[in-house]
Amino acid sequence: MSKKQNDGLSRRQFLRGSALTAAGTTILNSGLLAHAESPTSNAVGPGPVPITLRINGKDHDLSVEPRTTLADALRDTLHLTGTKVVCDRGACSACTVWIDGIPVNSCLTFVLDVGQREVTTIEGLGTPDHMHPVQAAFVEYDAAQCGYCTPGMVMSTAALLKSNPNPTLEDVQHAVSGNLCRCGTYPKVFAAALAAARKGA
Amino acid sequence: MIAKFQWQDARTVQDAIAQLDGTSMVKAGGIDVMDRLKEGLDSPATLVNIRTIPGLDQIREDATGLHIGPMVTLDQLDKNETVRASYTALADAAGHAATPHIRNVATVGGNILQRPRCWYFRNEQFHCLKKGGDRCFAQDGENEYHAIFGNQICAIVHPSAVAVALLALGATFEVTGKRGERQVPSEQFFVRPDEDVHREHTLAADELLTAINIPKPASGTRSAYMKLGEKESFDWPIAEVAVVLGARPGVVLGAAAPVPWRAVGAERILAGNPINEDTARAAAKAALQGATPLRNNSYKLPIFETIVRRTILAAARA
Ligand SMILES: Cc1cc2nc3c(=O)[nH]c(=O)nc-3n(C[C@H](O)[C@H](O)[C@H](O)COP(=O)(O)OP(=O)(O)OC[C@H]3O[C@@H](n4cnc5c(N)ncnc54)[C@H](O)[C@@H]3O)c2cc1C
Ligand code: FES
Ligand code: FES
Repeated sequence: MSKKQNDGLSRRQFLRGSALTAAGTTILNSGLLAHAESPTSNAVGPGPVPITLRINGKDHDLSVEPRTTLADALRDTLHLTGTKVVCDRGACSACTVWIDGIPVNSCLTFVLDVGQREVTTIEGLGTPDHMHPVQAAFVEYDAAQCGYCTPGMVMSTAALLKSNPNPTLEDVQHAVSGNLCRCGTYPKVFAAALAAARKGA
Repeated sequence: MIAKFQWQDARTVQDAIAQLDGTSMVKAGGIDVMDRLKEGLDSPATLVNIRTIPGLDQIREDATGLHIGPMVTLDQLDKNETVRASYTALADAAGHAATPHIRNVATVGGNILQRPRCWYFRNEQFHCLKKGGDRCFAQDGENEYHAIFGNQICAIVHPSAVAVALLALGATFEVTGKRGERQVPSEQFFVRPDEDVHREHTLAADELLTAINIPKPASGTRSAYMKLGEKESFDWPIAEVAVVLGARPGVVLGAAAPVPWRAVGAERILAGNPINEDTARAAAKAALQGATPLRNNSYKLPIFETIVRRTILAAARA
């Protein structure tokens, strides 16, 4: 069990709420999503709901309707427009952000579902003056054409390198297998990802 | 634009069930829910978020078999060592569904209970039979991705990869409602169009899927799953198959019928014979017997025959 889960829930609360865990059994796996501590316990909405989102290390207070997606909150409310929305249906991963370090599609995430978890966007990965090694490698290897898929590609690649610092080409292809590039710049994306890994991203 | 709704974070299973009526909708990972809200297919008054209920995301094995919480993600199933070693078809079905980012969020319960991807059903403009209209547009429309079995009334293919593996492994679903729990064998859980065209499963609006139980496989049991799509990276399947070899062989086809489709003829051949090239070929042929392809999808028959044969041989080698 991760530290965060232990902090949020005592072991006894955890067992009481569990339909599956009987005393003496081993928990083989515990999910990323169990870590959520939601902002509210009663029904909220349908009108605006005040929430605090932790994004790129800073807290942001905002007011959102339950129907708002994380992608729309980032782009339209917080003007963090580095995150792109292309298909708006989970089929292209242009909208990839990290929630607690795990890459997800922000177009399919209800903003109220984020809770206390930390969101990282392309703006939080690096800046033009202090680029993340994956961003620098994308520039060096010319891995963007129109650029629409690029923030998502970078977020997927950087997530891979965090958990697997020495990926094979196949690992890279698998990590970006949900990221579509209409310009077909995949070979350069793969080369940039492998180069960033060699440099110790 | 999504219609407005209320949001409720459930704390316990009972708390969630108390909120469930005809006007509310369960949200697990939210992948399919979001899609349906954006398409205007559903407009619930309240979304009941069950991700906030602790303890539903555990995988546990004991002497009776494997117990999977409904909120376990597809990624967890893919990466869990016990699932991969002893319930291989399930790990591979989960690991090949959708994209890596979706698998980080999509839950096993939501995957089983997601609604079909038929493009007529998903399009707000088509008031099809399944949505209360009077015709199935796929019957003489664009039907290359539709069903090749059981397709006479409504030709959707059941969308869940995980369900294909669970049926082959003989899983049972634990369903909890206001009056307590019931155990439903996976084979009786899915509803054919001739039984009720408006639904794909037997879960009532005020019930939750609370566990998936897979009996411990007898020693020597092996399983495999394969999927073929149009693209090599992620894609929905054109054909998918789960095979279990052992005392009680299972061959289940996905992307084939409105429910996960048990290929009984193939199972019979595997039960009575040693597994080799010849029996695999014979079983694959038998699996396609009785197929009723539509105008644009008879290309699926040889594809299914090939991947059924390959999956049987892969299971034998596993
Ligand atoms: C681009 C793309 C590609 C995809 N490719 C594939 C694929 O190849 N194979 C495949 O199988 N799937 C595929 N999917 C579908 C995806 O896997 C499902 O949408 C996802 O698994 C749904 O899980 P969820 O937890 O997000 O469910 P949700 O969207 O939260 O819920 C889905 C449905 O189940 C109900 N529900 C969920 N959990 C419970 C519960 N415990 N009790 C009662 N009701 C519940 C909800 O009310 C809702 O009706 C794809 C999806 C996308 C967007
Ligand atoms: S915009 Fe989110 S996946 Fe395409
Ligand atoms: S660079 Fe244009 S979509 Fe990838």
